[in-house]
Amino acid sequence: MSLNLEQALQTFIAEAYELLEEMETCLLQLENNPADLDAIGAIFRAAHTIKGSAGLFGLEPVVSFTHVVEDVLDRLRAGDIAISRTLIALLLECGDHIHYLVDVVAVRAQQPDAAATEREAGLRQRLQLYRQTSVSEAVSTTPGVSAVRQERGSSFDLWHISVRFGTEVLRNGMDPLAFLRYLNSIGQIVRITTLADSLPELSQMDAESCYLGFEIDYQSDASKAAIADAFEFVRDDCQLHILPPHSKTEHYIELIKNLPEQATLLGELLVASGALTLKELEDGLQQQVDAALKPATPLGEILIEQRFVEPELVQAALEKQNQIQEHKSKESRFVRVQADKLDELISLVGELVIAGAGANLLAKTSQDETLYEATSTVTALVEQIRDGALRLRMVPIGDTFNRFQRVVRDVSHELEKQIELQISGADTELDKTVVEKISDPLMHLLRNAMDHGIESPAARLAAGKSATGVLKLNAYHDSGSIVIEIADDGAGLNTERILQKARERGLVAATAQPSEQEIYNLIFEPGFSTASAITSLSGRGVGMDVVKRNITALRGTVDLSSAAGLGTKVRIRLPLTLAIIDGFLVGVGDASYVVPLDMVQECIELADDSKAAAEPRHYINLRGEVLPLVFLHQHFNTGGGQRRRQNVVVVKNADQKAGLVVDELQGEFQTVIKPLGKLFSNLRSISGSTILGNGKVALILDVPSLIQQLAQQQVQPRLALQTPALRN
Amino acid sequence: MTIRSSMFNEVPLLHIEGEMTIYTAALLQQQLQLYIAQYSELELNLSQVSDIDSAGLQLLMAAKRQAANQGAVLRLTGHSPAVLEVFDLCNMAAFFGDPLIIPDVSHG
Repeated sequence: MSLNLEQALQTFIAEAYELLEEMETCLLQLENNPADLDAIGAIFRAAHTIKGSAGLFGLEPVVSFTHVVEDVLDRLRAGDIAISRTLIALLLECGDHIHYLVDVVAVRAQQPDAAATEREAGLRQRLQLYRQTSVSEAVSTTPGVSAVRQERGSSFDLWHISVRFGTEVLRNGMDPLAFLRYLNSIGQIVRITTLADSLPELSQMDAESCYLGFEIDYQSDASKAAIADAFEFVRDDCQLHILPPHSKTEHYIELIKNLPEQATLLGELLVASGALTLKELEDGLQQQVDAALKPATPLGEILIEQRFVEPELVQAALEKQNQIQEHKSKESRFVRVQADKLDELISLVGELVIAGAGANLLAKTSQDETLYEATSTVTALVEQIRDGALRLRMVPIGDTFNRFQRVVRDVSHELEKQIELQISGADTELDKTVVEKISDPLMHLLRNAMDHGIESPAARLAAGKSATGVLKLNAYHDSGSIVIEIADDGAGLNTERILQKARERGLVAATAQPSEQEIYNLIFEPGFSTASAITSLSGRGVGMDVVKRNITALRGTVDLSSAAGLGTKVRIRLPLTLAIIDGFLVGVGDASYVVPLDMVQECIELADDSKAAAEPRHYINLRGEVLPLVFLHQHFNTGGGQRRRQNVVVVKNADQKAGLVVDELQGEFQTVIKPLGKLFSNLRSISGSTILGNGKVALILDVPSLIQQLAQQQVQPRLALQTPALRN
Repeated sequence: MTIRSSMFNEVPLLHIEGEMTIYTAALLQQQLQLYIAQYSELELNLSQVSDIDSAGLQLLMAAKRQAANQGAVLRLTGHSPAVLEVFDLCNMAAFFGDPLIIPDVSHG
């Protein structure tokens, strides 16, 4: 197929996924608040739009299934059927199935497999229940319909659709035939006449203009709005008249008058289709002529005519307007950009930052004041561009959080627990790549919390808590990183049991007495699970270590706190972005290192006297606080002589402070992170490298891991020497 | 789309291969015009048409009408499944009046 269509299809797929997500969110809302009419409307619109667009692409399986779903939704919206838990569950399953169909039919261009067909048959059967009850209700409550039918005394109960496509339709990428095929999918075209009266001579015609029109007799249970919406995409570009079954004769006559073709031709068509009798046609046309002769208030007549218009039509028109407005305001606020284009931009900005730093350095050494000033301005602008470009990639984490509502609902049903998910900080933004990669670990942690953390309602009541367990998801920004918290109010971790398990598996020496925090961290060890029973959700002992590995791969950390009987809280700390950071450049011997600026608290001079005292102890007194030190010179074994005057960079990570002893403070530096190769994957204390303006390579310090090493080093000598004095 | 032409008993036979859609309509229009202007009899073989849309359909309609106006004969033959589907959808078989060979559809 053509490239254009392929692109349009991609847009359809992306849109369908979004709509399905919205549908799911609304369904869950509806579960909590069954009277939410907005939610019902949104669900209906989602299904409707998916069906309409799928029809344009000829995705038959999607259209036919979604049509059934839409039908039920339509009835729900009209109040014919009531919302219930089972219906919501069914609709959620239907949403999943549509998702699957879009996946298979649109993305992979395959047909659904046997299992899916079976599933669909089951769903259709269950949906049918809701369709049938409403049909019988509708018939019994509207006696007027049958009366009209008898009055007319004809077997005619077909819709009549007159459509003349505008000349631009083909050029706009629409094919009138696609609309006919779509009509056939939600009903049946009983009779069709193709009109080519406006078709010019072969030599005169423009092959790319559309000259076609159709008169269609159509059988369908669909509402007028649904039929009209079939032509949604060409609404502005075609003449469309839809007459419901049993329309008044005047309406047909009116139609004939409004169409460009000769009245007799159309009249014959309508007579042929049984909509009008010959006599009615003649009378009607005569009336029109009479009316034309008298100049009496044609406008008023038209207005009166309008009152005859089916209420559905008015509703359809209003809805249409609303939709267009909604759509327009959305369109003006968002531009869809492909992710790789954005990535390209970011990497270019990265190069720009490096090149800018080079120019800046040259300007500095040239001692040319004006040149230096100019490059400084450029640098400031580059910084803004960098921030702006990175912000483009930032997305709120709320979408990911909301997806978990469904997971919590399903899992709590499965486990027969009552669990409520509370979300806060949904607006917190972070890098799109991080969002994508954090979703799986989060899911795992949530499942773990639901399975192991929150107790059964009976156990909760026995413990004096409310039967409904609360699961909290929270996100917030904290010194250059984002923190995501998953907290439950369950039983908390059983340290005894963890320690016992760990000893059994040889993870901890039998005599060691690890601290509480260390015991908690054991559950992130590979192959560790305390659950005595393995469920389908968790307890297989795979998971927590994978969670930790995934988070570490994002340069993040995870820690856990717990209180017996009150719950557990897992805190994930992630860097905001993966590409560029503000760094603080320090010199140690011949080498340069970058410390992430967000972590730098202050810089102090290490005076000679305090230095002499600090060196053997590895800590200094910082305004009454003990500040552990890392002598980077020794730590990295850097070459080059040690300067006499040294400085301490105070860094902070997750409430822990440390001092890095360096030779030289070189100032702020925009750092484009270049990941280290696989070869260095086991290297601790270093998280990446960057290129300086002068072309040299500087290593980026992994502050969290440095602080962690420091903590371990301090514990060991303490235990070895058994000096209780240090504790005070 | 490619158009292969040959002469058979002094009647030109045009084989249309590929898609008769908006993308190829202009080219096809030009060719049809040329042939209809020159010959009083013309055969269009549609057996290799893979895809036909409204643009292709209305072009065939215009060509047929043009031929009739000039007293020429334009015959459509060997309708491919794609063409048959569209003729059926739009109920156009009677307009063209050419014999159609309905493919053997087994109802089982």
